Amino acid sequence: MATTGSTSDEVLDTDEGVGEADSEIESRVGWRYTLGQVKGDPTALAGLVVICFMSGLAAFATLDAVVFDYLSEYAVFAQFGMRKYWIAETFWISPVKEPLGARRLLPPAPLDNAYGQGTWDHPLGTDDRGRDILVRLVYGSRIAISVGAIATVVGMVGGTVVGAVAGYYGGWVDDVLMRAVETLYAIPFFILVLSFIAVFGRNLAFVMVGVGIASIPTFSRLIRSEVVSVREEDYIEAAEAAGVRDRNIIARHVIPNSFAPVLVQGTLQIGTAILIVAGLSFLGFGVQPPTPSWGQMLSKSRGVMIENVWFSIWPGLCILVTVVAFNMFGDGLRDALDPRLKN
Amino acid sequence: MTDPILEVRDLQTHFFTADGVVRAVDGVSFEVYEEEIVGIVGESGAGKSVAAASIMRLVEDPGEVVGGEVSFKGEPIVEFEETEAGTRRPTDAMLSNREMRERIRGREIAIIFQDPMESLNPVFTVGGQLREFIEINRDVGESEAREIAVEMLREVGIPEPRERLDDYPHQFSGGMRQRVLIAMALSCEPSLIIADEPTTALDVTVEGQILEQVADLQEKYGTSFIWVTHDLGVVAEICDRVNVMYLGQMAEQAAVDALFHDTRHPYTDALLDSLPRPDRTVEELRPIAGVMPEAINPPSGCRFHTRCPDAREVCRQVNPDARDVSESDERPHRAACLKHEDVFHEDYWSSPPIDNETDSGFAVGRTDAGGSGDE
Repeated sequence: MATTGSTSDEVLDTDEGVGEADSEIESRVGWRYTLGQVKGDPTALAGLVVICFMSGLAAFATLDAVVFDYLSEYAVFAQFGMRKYWIAETFWISPVKEPLGARRLLPPAPLDNAYGQGTWDHPLGTDDRGRDILVRLVYGSRIAISVGAIATVVGMVGGTVVGAVAGYYGGWVDDVLMRAVETLYAIPFFILVLSFIAVFGRNLAFVMVGVGIASIPTFSRLIRSEVVSVREEDYIEAAEAAGVRDRNIIARHVIPNSFAPVLVQGTLQIGTAILIVAGLSFLGFGVQPPTPSWGQMLSKSRGVMIENVWFSIWPGLCILVTVVAFNMFGDGLRDALDPRLKN
Repeated sequence: MTDPILEVRDLQTHFFTADGVVRAVDGVSFEVYEEEIVGIVGESGAGKSVAAASIMRLVEDPGEVVGGEVSFKGEPIVEFEETEAGTRRPTDAMLSNREMRERIRGREIAIIFQDPMESLNPVFTVGGQLREFIEINRDVGESEAREIAVEMLREVGIPEPRERLDDYPHQFSGGMRQRVLIAMALSCEPSLIIADEPTTALDVTVEGQILEQVADLQEKYGTSFIWVTHDLGVVAEICDRVNVMYLGQMAEQAAVDALFHDTRHPYTDALLDSLPRPDRTVEELRPIAGVMPEAINPPSGCRFHTRCPDAREVCRQVNPDARDVSESDERPHRAACLKHEDVFHEDYWSSPPIDNETDSGFAVGRTDAGGSGDE
């Protein structure tokens, strides 16, 4: 009846048997494994490469257009000649000013059209005011990427908090929060963002926050369904039994264990947000000229599509490539995380 | 003997389901004294775990503690009073949820869960979780908590504790994880640890080691334990006193030796007959006939009468509570059986016996004898 009796050292050894099998298990969990999976998936990898490239461009553009603009207000930096578009104007041309003797609507370098032969000064051609398309695309990436990222982070944080709280507490808290969120869901995305702009003005910040808030329902519903199962886990009960505060249980135990699907949705959502903001720019909301953005360029090109179709093609292509890249990466990430999502 | 540190009186925990009220714990009383290990034994579904959770006030929806009293070192964890309307409501003196969280859970009463595989957060390092619990319950800083964590891991027999602190739960084996959970419970220096079948998921060799370790640590720290289990072997191994539960009620409560060698309740008898014992040789083990009835619609009278070999007509009418049936010179020995006629004063011996066909292992048709069916 006594179960003890064979307490020998050998037994202790088998007890800690952390063998080769365990290192295999180890590699199946965590970031290294996930990224390894993505690396083995060519589409996801291509998506990641494009995302990195676009993010690099956006970082460069942000430095030149925003950081330098901000720093130039201080005499220390201004005496060096620091100003907005410092790098672009020093090494090439201004992305916002009409150049002297501008030639409008030139095609890409090797081609010609009614307005003349393309030149290598403007590899992708010029727009309706003679500005270089390439440099405007580079500076437009800043808007696309930052809008996508910020709007998604707003939606992700808001949605995660709402969904996790609703899922963890259940009962009336769940009902109130989720019904409120579903009310948001019932309003078409675009209308919701437009009404935001109508209330707060045509400021880019409000556009980003508006798109973020409009995506809260997607995230909160997603994480809530995960949290509902995670909260039944023993380690949550163990934390409760140890006297951990509810907000720490939610933040440290519940959310990290239900976050994988939100992360996947997040990468997909960045693509959607870029599309939405491009659409808004096309309609004239969002970022205002002369600041370049892809959607706004697309909108401008509408009137001169016959004269120089390339003015439409390039920004459209940029939007397409970026959005598809985020979707490919998101799909790859989902596949990589899937074995754990099923658990 | 001194006052008990934990006193449970007539505890009632019900689950309000769509099918009706499940009386998972229905009037259970017991106490835990300082530095002793008290067992709660019973079949699956007897309400052991719910009773344990009720003490911590951690019963989850749709369950609710609806009556009785739990007091810990004189503080009312559960206490009810009658309103003018005749309903029960918690008294004002009962600890608030906040007080429970800040003063009782972890600090005074810790709990060790059944499944070591599920009780550690997979995304956290073992050291991180230990530290979190220690910081909360012992008011120490991060580095000090880390030292305590290392010390506790060493104490429960984990080699190279400092290195293993940064490992994730999946890098530990089942027995190791259970040690970590024990370290977690002990590290907050509680007065009472509720162990909810902590060794059930482990194989017997590891179980044996852990039981020994717990016994050593219990002696060293002077912690009291409530050991919830369905394994009478484990009970014999480590418990000082035992409470046998059946269908939400206490069947027998006695010191461990008295329970095994001077059994006073037919259910305990049946349990003991159904498992091999080193001190007795039998031809064949005798499992208890049938399965435990649903707590949603318990049998009338004594809850065990549908499966009891000694059941008589009177058992269908009277539901005995656990009363002291000990001889005058013994330690208290409580049993809830009408057989003890001098205590219960019902005409047990003159009542006609009920035939429960206890010889066949599985008495089909008797299993769901939900009270009304066979009356």
